[in-house]
Amino acid sequence: MTHKRYRRKAYWNRPTMGWWERLYLPEILRGLGITSRVFLRNMGKWMTGRKGALTTYYPEERRRDYARHNRGKHVLTQRPDGSPQCIACNMCATVCPAKVIEIEAAFDPDDFAHPKYPARFEIDYSRCVFCGLCVEACPEDAIRMVAEVPNLPSGRRLQMWIGKEELLTWNPQRDVAKPYPPKNPPLQGEGRVGMGSASRPALAHPAADLPLEGAGVRPPTSASTRVPQ
Amino acid sequence: MIQDLVVYAVYIGFAIGMLMTFGLILTWVERKQGAVMSDRIGANRAYVRLPFTQVKLVWWGLFHGLADGLKMLVKEDFRPKTYDWYAYMVAPWVAFTPVLLVFAVIPFGGVLIPGELIPPLADWFGDRTYTMQIAKLDAGLLIVFAFGGLTIIGCMLAGWSSSNKFSLLGALRAGSQMISYELILGLTLLGLVLIYGTVDLDDIVRQQSGVVLGVLPAWGIVLQPFAATLFMAAAIAENKRIPFDLPEAESELVAGYFTEYSAMKMGLFMFAEFIEIAIIAALFTTLFLGGYNLPYMHDGGFSFPGGREIHMNHGAVVATQVLVFLAKVFVMCSFQILVRWSLPRFRYDQVLRFAWKFMFPLALANLTVTAVAVWLLRTVNA
Repeated sequence: MTHKRYRRKAYWNRPTMGWWERLYLPEILRGLGITSRVFLRNMGKWMTGRKGALTTYYPEERRRDYARHNRGKHVLTQRPDGSPQCIACNMCATVCPAKVIEIEAAFDPDDFAHPKYPARFEIDYSRCVFCGLCVEACPEDAIRMVAEVPNLPSGRRLQMWIGKEELLTWNPQRDVAKPYPPKNPPLQGEGRVGMGSASRPALAHPAADLPLEGAGVRPPTSASTRVPQ
Repeated sequence: MIQDLVVYAVYIGFAIGMLMTFGLILTWVERKQGAVMSDRIGANRAYVRLPFTQVKLVWWGLFHGLADGLKMLVKEDFRPKTYDWYAYMVAPWVAFTPVLLVFAVIPFGGVLIPGELIPPLADWFGDRTYTMQIAKLDAGLLIVFAFGGLTIIGCMLAGWSSSNKFSLLGALRAGSQMISYELILGLTLLGLVLIYGTVDLDDIVRQQSGVVLGVLPAWGIVLQPFAATLFMAAAIAENKRIPFDLPEAESELVAGYFTEYSAMKMGLFMFAEFIEIAIIAALFTTLFLGGYNLPYMHDGGFSFPGGREIHMNHGAVVATQVLVFLAKVFVMCSFQILVRWSLPRFRYDQVLRFAWKFMFPLALANLTVTAVAVWLLRTVNA
C-alpha cells in the first residue's frame, strides 16, 4: 500500500510575487498612496461644494436611477370600478417574513362575485424588508411593488404605517396585465348585482360565457374536469 | 514656588485637555476619514437640538463622539462571575493610566518666560523660565518606555481575570505581540539616541532645529528615515491597531481581552487606544519631525540656511510652537488612521514572524550602520 504524496494543485492564475512585491514596503506605500489619493479627491470635492461620496442621505435625498424592477413601495391594484382587487385572503400577511401586513376582512353583500374585501389593509414600513414575497403569494395579483420608494407619513418608527387609501393611489396609464384605464367598463351593472335580485347571477369566471370561436378552442373549464392532453 | 505650581498646573491642564480632546475627536476623525476614503459619507446622524427650538446642530456628525460617551456611561455595567474581581475592576485603569503618563515627558513647546508673556504679572514671575514640558527629566525616552511597557499589564490582567477563554487568548496574543514590538520600538530609537547623544526629549528637539547637508532641516526623519518607518510600524503594532489588531480580532476572539467588559470599563480600553494614537503621534513628532519647531526655527525665531535671520517676539514664538506641535500631532494621527483603513489584517503567526524575522534584523542593521557612521564622522571630525 503506497501513499501518493499530496501535491497541491497549481492553477494557471496562481498569484506569484516578484522581488518588488516581496520587499513589502514599496507595495504598502503604494496602497497607502491609492487610499490617500481617493481621500484627497473626495475631500477636494467636499471642500468645493460638490458631493464626494457615492452614497445618498436617504430620506432627505432620493436617487432618480432606481432600477425599473426595484421593489419599492407596495400598491394595491384596482378593479375597473376602483375597488381593490384584494379578496382579503391573508396569503400575503401569512407569507410575510417580517409580519408587517395587517388585513381586516369585511363582507360586502352587494358584490356577489367578490363578497370578501379588505376593510383595512395596512403595512408597517418600519419593519418591511422589501422581499416581495407578498407579491409572489397573491393569488389575485392584487398587491404589487413599484419602483418608487414609499412616501412615509413620519420618520418615527411607530407612525410608519401606510393604509389602504395610500396603497390605492396607484393609477397607471399602461399596464401589461390589464388595461388601465379600462377601455369599456363591462361589469358595471352586471358585476354589482344585488343578492336578492332576480336577474342572472354574475359568473365567477368572466370567460365562461364567451362565445366559442371555432371547434378547436375549448372553453376554459374548471381544473377538475380538464382532460390531460 | 507658588509660581512653579501655577505654571505646572497650567501645563497639566493643557496636557490632559489636549489628550482628552484628541481621544474624543479621533473617534470622529476615524469614522469620517474612513468614510471619505471609501466614497462614503460617514457618521452624520447624531445631533444636538437647541432647547425650545427645532434647530438641530449636526456639524458633520461631530456629536457622535458625545453620543458614544453618553451611551457608555448609561449602559448596564455587566460583570462576569469571576474569581478575581479586584483584578477585573482595576485592569482598565492599569491599561489607561500609563498612556496618559507618557505625555508628561513630551515637550509641547520651547522655553516659556511667563514674565515676558504676561506683562501685568512680570513682577510676580520675575525672570523665571520654564520648558514647556510637564516633567523635565534627563531620562525622558526611558520614562516613555517604562510607562509604555505598563499598558501590557492592564491587558493581561483584563484577559486573565475575565474567566473567559476568548479573553485569555486575546491577552496571550496581546502579551507576546506587545513585548515583541516594544523591543523593536526601542532598537529603532537607539540609532537616534546615538546621533543626538541624549535621551532627554527636549534636548533632542532642540538639536533638530539645525541643518544637515547645508539645506535640509536636521529632523530625525531626514537622519534616520529607515528608523522612522520601522518606529511607526512597531508603534501601530504596539497600539494593537489594524493591521496588527490580532488581540481583538473580532472574527476569531469576539473582542479579545475586553470581551467581558461593558459600559465605561470597555470605554476606557477604547479611549486608551485612541489616546495612544495621539501619544504615538506626539512621540513621532518629537523624535522624527522636529517636535514643536517649524523647519529652521528655534526659540528666538528662524535662521534659514542662507544666513537670513528672522526674529520673533516671545509670545509669537510660544503660540507658533504650541500650534505647530498640535498640527503635527494631528497630521500623524491622521496618517495612522490612513494606515488603519488601508491595510488588511495579518495572520497571527505572520505578526510574530514579521516582528522577529523581518523588523528585528532590519532594526539591528539600522543600528549597526548608524553606529559605524557616527563613529566614522566623529573620527573624521576629531
